[in-house]
Amino acid sequence: MSHPSNIFPLKIDGVHVRKRGKVLLSDISLALGGDLTTVVMGPNGSGKTTLMRLMHGLERPRQGSLQWAIPNEQARSQQSFVFQTPIMMRRRVSENLRYPLKLIAMPKQEAETLVEKWLSLTGLSGKEKLPAQFLSGGERQKLAIARAMITKPQVLFLDEPTTNLDGQSTKEIEALLATVKADGTCVVVSTHDLGQAKRLADQVIFLNKGHMCEMTAASQFFKKPLSRPAQQYLDGEIVE
Amino acid sequence: MNDIWQGIVEALRLVFSFDADLFEIVLRSLHVTVTAVVIASAIALPLGAWLAVSRFRMRRFTIATLNALMGLPPVVVGLMVYILFSRSGPFGVFGLLFTPTAMIIAQVIIITPLIASITHQAIRDLWAEYHDLLISLNTTKRQRIATLIWDSRRSLLTASLAGFGRAIGEVGAIMIVGGNIDHVTRVLTTAIALETGKGDFALALGLGFILIALAFFVNMTIHILSKTEREGRW
Repeated sequence: MSHPSNIFPLKIDGVHVRKRGKVLLSDISLALGGDLTTVVMGPNGSGKTTLMRLMHGLERPRQGSLQWAIPNEQARSQQSFVFQTPIMMRRRVSENLRYPLKLIAMPKQEAETLVEKWLSLTGLSGKEKLPAQFLSGGERQKLAIARAMITKPQVLFLDEPTTNLDGQSTKEIEALLATVKADGTCVVVSTHDLGQAKRLADQVIFLNKGHMCEMTAASQFFKKPLSRPAQQYLDGEIVE
Repeated sequence: MNDIWQGIVEALRLVFSFDADLFEIVLRSLHVTVTAVVIASAIALPLGAWLAVSRFRMRRFTIATLNALMGLPPVVVGLMVYILFSRSGPFGVFGLLFTPTAMIIAQVIIITPLIASITHQAIRDLWAEYHDLLISLNTTKRQRIATLIWDSRRSLLTASLAGFGRAIGEVGAIMIVGGNIDHVTRVLTTAIALETGKGDFALALGLGFILIALAFFVNMTIHILSKTEREGRW
């Protein structure tokens, strides 16, 4: 079996995203390697979700360029995205997990082994026959992560994965992300939970009003951010 | 009221006397309608799903036209099929006029827009829910359509049953293209029209009750077999 080409680095150069006349992202330039966990931070409406969707190819830049190391269409198959509100297919839990494997025509035996593995990793063993929409919020998010990870992508995007979840579910999801990271998958996660950002981040991208204020190593960012909006954000002030 | 009561008695008499003519008509009704529903569903389900996931010029016009075609007058459809399949028509060479096949063709034309339109509505709602996920998973258009059809199969069953309901009770088109020929193209609805015309209201009503019972039976059977409205199912 041939190994897929490394899709990193991702290079974004002077990208603007506009939708229905509103500027969502303005002049974003950055380069992303595959070895660090990146946390995208910023206040509500700063463009976190749009930036994540842009990187994954769900949004198109109006200006500027975005290029993975391999053609973007090929790179998409090496990425997965977990949405803020997990999208549950109207199927059983196990069928939700099996779905991405069917798309890549994985042999049944191999697919079943992976389904078992991820049911076990997410603590959903015993619930595989339940309709996915019967799961709790935390379980749905874990199932969404498992479904995203089951094809072993090179990068996993998570858009505010623990919003509205309780502490225990957040803890379980962060533990799952640690497993994902240890497995060699690059994690890019957006959050406005400072504690979570500190626990997960190797580097931080800070956005405000569609502009990228900074992209800094986490140790530097949480000690002394380079931009004033980021400092205001960390101080709990209203960001201007 | 007396006529209705006599109709019920006549219906029971026909059923429990195992009237051979009645069973022949019932079986023909089922054969024509079920075949039409299967063919129409095979066309309309993918068409409705394709319309829901595709963006093209004139899309809104196409959907509006499809919705308008739901109200296609059966008599007009019958007349057009008659002209197309009559001896002098373009398809006259097939000799299908006044056969069950012509009745099936007319019914397919009548119910395809209905099934496609309901399918489009059901799939459009599911597509709105699944859109980001299916794009993110890099699915092809064919895979998207197959997934959406499978995951909304219970709604689509309702679409097909709506088609069945319209087809089983249809009389105008099949009377024109079938001709209501005894032992050849007579079905329940055309038999009812005939008996009403002859003034035998009790027999017409009896056949009417059998028609209602048949439609009810088919719907219930499919409902039970597909296990809809059970806990844990969609």
